[in-house]
Amino acid sequence: MSKIKFVENIKPDVTTDIVYMMCPMHLLKLDEMMRELEEGQILELLTDYDGALEDIPEWCEKTGNEFLGVDETPDYFKFYIRKRGDKKFCPVPGQSKTEDKNKGDKE
Amino acid sequence: MECYFDNVATNPLREEVYEAMLPYLKEEFGNPLSVYPLGIRAREAIEKAREQVATLVNAKTTEIVFTSSGAEANNFALRGIAFAHQYTGKHIIVTRMEHHSVLNSARFLEKLGFTVTYVTPDKHGVIHPEDIKKAITDETILISVIHASPEVGTIEPIKEIAQIAKEHNIIMHTDAVASVGNIPVDVKDLGVDLLSMAAHQFNGPKGAGAIYIKEGTRIIPLIFGGIQEGGRRAGTENVPAIVGMGVAAELVKKELPEKMEHVRKLRDRLVEGVMKIENVHFTGHPENRLPGHASFCVEFIEGEGMLLMLAAKGIYVASGSACTSKALKASPVLLSMGIPSHVAHGSIVFTFGRENTMEQVEYALEEFPQIIKRLRELSPYAKGWEGTEEGGSCIQKK
Repeated sequence: MSKIKFVENIKPDVTTDIVYMMCPMHLLKLDEMMRELEEGQILELLTDYDGALEDIPEWCEKTGNEFLGVDETPDYFKFYIRKRGDKKFCPVPGQSKTEDKNKGDKE
Repeated sequence: MECYFDNVATNPLREEVYEAMLPYLKEEFGNPLSVYPLGIRAREAIEKAREQVATLVNAKTTEIVFTSSGAEANNFALRGIAFAHQYTGKHIIVTRMEHHSVLNSARFLEKLGFTVTYVTPDKHGVIHPEDIKKAITDETILISVIHASPEVGTIEPIKEIAQIAKEHNIIMHTDAVASVGNIPVDVKDLGVDLLSMAAHQFNGPKGAGAIYIKEGTRIIPLIFGGIQEGGRRAGTENVPAIVGMGVAAELVKKELPEKMEHVRKLRDRLVEGVMKIENVHFTGHPENRLPGHASFCVEFIEGEGMLLMLAAKGIYVASGSACTSKALKASPVLLSMGIPSHVAHGSIVFTFGRENTMEQVEYALEEFPQIIKRLRELSPYAKGWEGTEEGGSCIQKK
C-alpha cells in the first residue's frame, strides 16, 4: 500500500521549510506552493511530520502532480514534488475551497 | 485633576480603534477559517491588520504571528526557539533587564536542562555588546535582550548585539513591547530574528500582541491545534483585538514623530522640576531612553508611599516592576544596575502618552515635592541613612 519511494540529490526549484509545523500544515503549504509553481518545476518540502509519508504521495495522486520521492535526514524529511497539469485541487480531503478568495489564508 | 502617567503599564484605547473593533464584536462574528463570506470577511480583516502591523515594524506579512499578549510572544520566542534548536545547543543568554515573561521562561528552561547566562547591565541599565559576546559558548542557541526597559527607560544597543549574534550564527530575540509604537522599530535595521510587541502599548486593545519571526526561522508552537497563523499559533483568532491592533499600528506609524516630540517635552519638563528636589536620583540612561519615560529613586522614603499619596491627588504613576509594587521587594533591575537596595525602594516611574498635557505635568510638579517632604518628615531616615545596614546615602558608582 505504501507509495513511498526514496530519492537522493534532486535539485529543487523552490524549497519550503515547515519543520515543527503540525498536521495539516504539510498539505496546506503544499497546496499553496504548488499554485505558485510553473508546470515542470520541483518543490522541496521539509517537514518532520511522519504522517506526510502517507499523505503527500496520496495528495499527488489525487491532484495529478508527480511525487518524485522523499529523502530522509536525521531530523526531518525532504519531499520532492514536480508540478504537473493544472487541475483544481483541494488541500484537505473533503473540504472544498473557493479559488483566489482563499489565497493567502494559510499565513 | 486626574493625571494618568503610567503609560508603560497600558494606554487608553483610541476612539478610532474602538470604532474599528465594534463590528467584529457584533455582526462580523465569523470564524476566520470558515469558507463562507462571514468567515472570509473576518479573515480579510485579520490579514489587513497583519499588513498594518508588518508595516509598523518593516516586516513581511508572513513574518507576523498574532498572539494574545507581549508576554505570550516572549514565552513563544524563548520556549519555541529553545525546543526547536536544543539539538544544536542548550545555552541561552538573557539579561538582568528583562521582563518576567522572558526571565521566567528562561528559568523554566533551566529546570529542563538548558543553561542560562544572565548578563548584567551598567549603572545606566545599558547592556554592553561585549558582555554578550563574552557570554557566548559553542552551545549558545539564543540571545534575548529587551529593546527598551519599561522600568528605567533605557534603550539597549540591539543592532550591535544582533550583529554579534549573526556572526556566531545564534538566533536573536528582542522584547520590544515597551518600544514598538513609542520609538521607531525596524526589524530589518535591528537585524533581529524575533521581536515581541503588544497592542495596548500604543493605544490598541489589551489581548492582542504579535511576534515577528524572520522568514526561515524554525520554531515550535507554544499552542498546538489548528492551522491559524500558519500553524504557528493555534486557537480561533481574537478578531476584534487583532483588528484594533492593526488600526492602532497604522495610526501610530503615521503619528510617531509627533507623539515622540509631545511626550519628550512633557518628560523633560517633569525631570527638570523633580531634579530640583534634594536627594533624588534619575535612573536609567540620561539620553538614550524612551522619550516619554522618567524614572527616579527618591531617597529616605518608599515608592509605594509616594504612589499612594500621588494617587490621592489623582496622579497615577508606577513604582517600578511587579516585584516592587506587589511583593514590596526592591526591583531586581535597579539592583542589577548597582543601586543599593535601600535607595531602590524609593523608585518611582512617570510615563507619558499622547493624551497627557503640560498642564497635568505642572500640576504634578506642584504636588510631588510636597508629598516627598511630608513622607520624609514621617520617615525614620529623615536625617539620612545612618543606622541602616547599607550605611552611606548615594547611589553606588560602578
